[in-house]
Amino acid sequence: MKKKILPISIILIFGLIFIVFYKGLQDSNIYTPDANIKNDIPIFNTKDFYSDETINSFGFFKVDKNYLLNIWSSWCVPCRQEHKFLMVLNEENKINLIGLNYKDNKKKAKKFLDELGNPYNKVFVDLDGTIAIEWGAYGVPESYLILNNKIVKKYIGPLNQKSIDEIKLFIK
Amino acid sequence: MKFLNIILIVFLFFPVCYSKAEEQDKRNKITKNLRCLVCQGQSVYDSDSEFANSLKILVDEKIKEGFSEKQIYDYFKEKYGDWILYDPGINKNTYVLWLLPLLIFLIGGAIIYKKFIKKI
Repeated sequence: MKKKILPISIILIFGLIFIVFYKGLQDSNIYTPDANIKNDIPIFNTKDFYSDETINSFGFFKVDKNYLLNIWSSWCVPCRQEHKFLMVLNEENKINLIGLNYKDNKKKAKKFLDELGNPYNKVFVDLDGTIAIEWGAYGVPESYLILNNKIVKKYIGPLNQKSIDEIKLFIK
Repeated sequence: MKFLNIILIVFLFFPVCYSKAEEQDKRNKITKNLRCLVCQGQSVYDSDSEFANSLKILVDEKIKEGFSEKQIYDYFKEKYGDWILYDPGINKNTYVLWLLPLLIFLIGGAIIYKKFIKKI
């Protein structure tokens, strides 16, 4: 009996290790952050894209309004794809779209908006990318849905029909 | 008089250099412990991505504002979660990682003690 314990336990241990590694093999090793969040709006200073006046985020976002903050840039290709969805969302007039122009050249950014249309109620400027980090962003494009002064959801990557439908449900 | 001036300049300049170097060391240490989230497998210190560069600027700003190392980690942890730290503290997700080696060490020690030392 005593002689059998060793081989059995070895087989058991190897079996266990095999299962753990086999499961690990199927796991994605790309980290996906939690999209459903309930964070406060970060406090930062920025400039208005058109008028250059300084804006403080504290007090800018009103409690009784819905906002979608969209981080975009003229050099970002997926931003072009999602732009038409933002235009559609803007036509509904139920949500305030705020743009955050990420590490961009002002001239090119203006050209981008002239070409594809401007869905934003307000555009903030983020020259060095630090404001995007205040929001907890990874890159462009990224969007944050803000209801009652709380960030309730973030969309990493370009918006699509599915996410637009979801946002519409949120703001109904 | 000229000589005195030079000495004065050197002595005034020295602490400035010293504090700059200290700041730099602190910044390097912090950015080495922050994970670059868009180029996984690299620290912010090693990376030159847009994300990492902005993060470096922010770390510099926070150091200038007088944040301590821990406060800076907490600041980023709040925004990106534990994943951004290479050296996360003990919490409900990581306590197994921290305690398991200790447990194995104790069990192993107990086995060795029982098997060999007791016999002697």
